[in-house]
Amino acid sequence: MSLKDKLLSSHIVFQDSLDSDSPIYDLRGEAIKTFEAEGFPTKKDEAWKYTSLNSILKENYNIFPSKDAPLDFNDIKQYFLNDLDTYKIVFVDGTFNAHLSSTTHDGIDVCTLNSALTKPKYKQIIDVYFNKIAKEESLTSLNTAFAKEGAYIYIPKGKVADKPIQIIHFATGAEGASMLQPRSLIIAEENSEVQIVERHQSLTDKRILTNAVTEVYAGKRAMIDYYKIQNDRLEASLIDNTEIEQHRESVVSLHTFSLGGNITRNNLNYYQKGEHINSILKGVTIIEGKQHVDHNTLVHHIEPNCESHQDYKGIFADSATGVFNGKVVVEKEAQKTNAYQSNNNILIDDKATINSKPQLEIFADDVRCSHGCTIGQLDESALFYLQSRGIAQKEARALLMYAFANTVLSSVKIPQLKQRITKLIANKIGVNIGFDI
Amino acid sequence: MLTVKNLHAGIEEKDILKGINLEIKAGEVHAIMGPNGSGKSTLSSVIAGKEEYEVTHGDINLNGTSILEMDPEERAHEGIFLSFQYPVEIPGVSVTNFIKTAINETRKAKGLEDMPASDMLKMIREKSELLEIDRKFLSRSLNVGFSGGEKKRNEIFQMAMLEPKLAILDETDSGLDIDALRIVANGVNKLRSEDNAVLLITHYQRLLDYIVPDVVHVLMDGKIVKTGGKELAHELEEKGYDWLKAEVNV
Ligand SMILES: Nc1ncnc2c1ncn2[C@@H]1O[C@H](COP(=O)(O)OP(=O)(O)O)[C@@H](O)[C@H]1O
Ligand SMILES: [Mg+2]
Repeated sequence: MSLKDKLLSSHIVFQDSLDSDSPIYDLRGEAIKTFEAEGFPTKKDEAWKYTSLNSILKENYNIFPSKDAPLDFNDIKQYFLNDLDTYKIVFVDGTFNAHLSSTTHDGIDVCTLNSALTKPKYKQIIDVYFNKIAKEESLTSLNTAFAKEGAYIYIPKGKVADKPIQIIHFATGAEGASMLQPRSLIIAEENSEVQIVERHQSLTDKRILTNAVTEVYAGKRAMIDYYKIQNDRLEASLIDNTEIEQHRESVVSLHTFSLGGNITRNNLNYYQKGEHINSILKGVTIIEGKQHVDHNTLVHHIEPNCESHQDYKGIFADSATGVFNGKVVVEKEAQKTNAYQSNNNILIDDKATINSKPQLEIFADDVRCSHGCTIGQLDESALFYLQSRGIAQKEARALLMYAFANTVLSSVKIPQLKQRITKLIANKIGVNIGFDI
Repeated sequence: MLTVKNLHAGIEEKDILKGINLEIKAGEVHAIMGPNGSGKSTLSSVIAGKEEYEVTHGDINLNGTSILEMDPEERAHEGIFLSFQYPVEIPGVSVTNFIKTAINETRKAKGLEDMPASDMLKMIREKSELLEIDRKFLSRSLNVGFSGGEKKRNEIFQMAMLEPKLAILDETDSGLDIDALRIVANGVNKLRSEDNAVLLITHYQRLLDYIVPDVVHVLMDGKIVKTGGKELAHELEEKGYDWLKAEVNV
């Protein structure tokens, strides 16, 4: 049975197991129909031209993984930011793990979508926000069809989350290859602020496929600072769909650090619904072997006087492949838009490839839009310069790679996180030198 | 200290250096002058170990040992320093971070521990004061957006930090105003001792008023065509290179 058929037949069982009074019962039913009609994307779809899911769709995934996979904290401690006081929302095989989590309802809500979906007091918020931003296409619909659990963050008007929030999704493979579909909802109302660090982490050599959807709502003047760490095992693939709606004067910044995994596809969509909005999209990709990372971004400028800044850096070794597909749409009404996009890549080996494709659709006439894409090797003269000062070739190469990524790293606002990512990158490029900038 | 013996080097089919002989003793300052394109930067790069150039003949010895097989970093660890004619811009690496890395990597190569942070800071303070470099400057990305003069001063700052045995200064004076020239010359003179040597590459006599050479060489078309004392520099300043060209027939 194909994965699609398996999902379709499992959906009936899934719906039956849930409360039919749920505010999203009907939504799920609609969504599975959309998925049934569209199926998984193929390379024939323009947006999937360079990323094929074929190799990962063949697996016989367990769609409802076990509920009580045993986990020893010592084995997973390394995946947390331990030197930082944070709230934590932790899932193991798609099930909330209260023991590893640290949630709150004190002024802000940091808890699980499941409780927000099942408790009457959240019904009003769910009705207003749930599934309002996500696009109606096959993979997001598939996620909606199985939406049950994920992070729920609600920062009411004027509140500032007193500490960052870590969201971690572990996969144990306790019952074999598994497909996970976390669904998260993040709402930052008017004048509120929140910082989020998210990670998907497999702990098994069984195949894992995650199809995640996160909806992010930024109210007037809200500030959201979001970081995604993608440093997974080679058997784990991730399709990460993040849909962001911004309102007047809000600032939403999202950094994606893609340092490992089998196939990683990031669909990151921003919709600007107000004036003076700032959208910031940054990414560092460093991969080797046969890994594949695809960044598919959209910034939809709908209203005047807004900005967007995209800065994606990629380093590809061996026969790793990268895709950057950055679309910027500036509607006719969106005069005085400032939209910047840059995608710079270094190919370490001849077999590594990057497909970089900016797409600008500009219907307004008074706008400033720029985009630039570079593909190159490490600069030989810079390498000689560093070596001639006593820095060995291996370290010199590493320093240049680090320097290359640093324009993105330097805007990470949580020092402990910046240090952690710096370490991950140093490990990745196999050096241990003091990169403290 | 440095002996260059009948050195031939070039790029692919092109010979650039055509039999260079040079002997620099500890404590000495040598100057190499010569018209554009005569091979001065190539000579400096070959001594520093740039792989782009192929040495087809001859040898380079440092204190009696051939360095031709050494990587650029090994030559640096042996005490060779090249101040680049065109220092490379490296976005994302600050001057301070770069120099710390260079010093500690050199120490590591010699089996030493990292320099204690407080010593490092003290040294950075001293040397940046010597070269009248603003502290703010040190946290900027290496050479990015620096003026020509700032780049050169930064090269000499790095030299002062690394305390090389043999310093090769490739047109460090070009692009410097007179104040900056004095500061740079002062930095170089502070480094001079009985144990180290300096090779100055310049177009102008001006620098040689501040750093007085023991020997002056003229390089033309890949060969040293004349060697003399510091008065040779004056002569070149007055008469240009044409008389020499006629004399040596190039
Ligand atoms: N990397 C190179 N590729 C091709 N030609 C080179 C290269 N480096 C130097 N040359 C040539 O060698 C000659 C000497 O250059 P250079 O050493 O830079 O001279 P100088 O420093 O004396 O002005 C010039 O004709 C130059 O064009
Ligand atoms: Mg030159």
